[in-house]
Amino acid sequence: MISAQKIQSLVEAALPGSQVQAEDTTGTHDHFQMIVVSPAFEGKGMVERHRMIYAILGAAVGGAIHALSLKTLTPSEAEKRS
Amino acid sequence: MNPEVQKKITEDVKSHKIIMYIKGNKGMPMCGFSKRVMDIFEDLGANFETRDVLSDPEIREGVKEFTQWPTIPQIFINGEFIGGCDIVTDLYTSGELKKMVDAVK
Repeated sequence: MISAQKIQSLVEAALPGSQVQAEDTTGTHDHFQMIVVSPAFEGKGMVERHRMIYAILGAAVGGAIHALSLKTLTPSEAEKRS
Repeated sequence: MNPEVQKKITEDVKSHKIIMYIKGNKGMPMCGFSKRVMDIFEDLGANFETRDVLSDPEIREGVKEFTQWPTIPQIFINGEFIGGCDIVTDLYTSGELKKMVDAVK
């Protein structure tokens, strides 16, 4: 089992200077939503950005994490959305 | 990955304009995310091929290795990996997916 907090800290540690918000969407510790704002996404397409997150979380994705809905934004994209 | 499986996937994604690896099939989706993706493409009036990964464990693992993407469903347009349910939903909401589908009709 994994927690939203654990997922959040893993991504924050791997992407210094990023803002991460992870949330358990069903309360069953296996469906999560996460918003990651990071300059590391500059110039990268969606698939590449999501792959970066999957690489950080490793085998947990598709294992302890059954579903992970991701929003991956650069700081400027995040500003536009708020 | 088993070269036979890799070859089969490579040929499959090249020989269909839109193909998706899902859990279940058009008549009987076995996963909410697979169903949502099919609903989206049906809403766009797209013709698409499906492969049920539940009926072929080698393809289920092989496609994940092929795309370096750990989850199902996986969607290809014109042989290019587009993403899973999340990205397809975002592309659909932004109108980008309609352009991509219309371009291969």
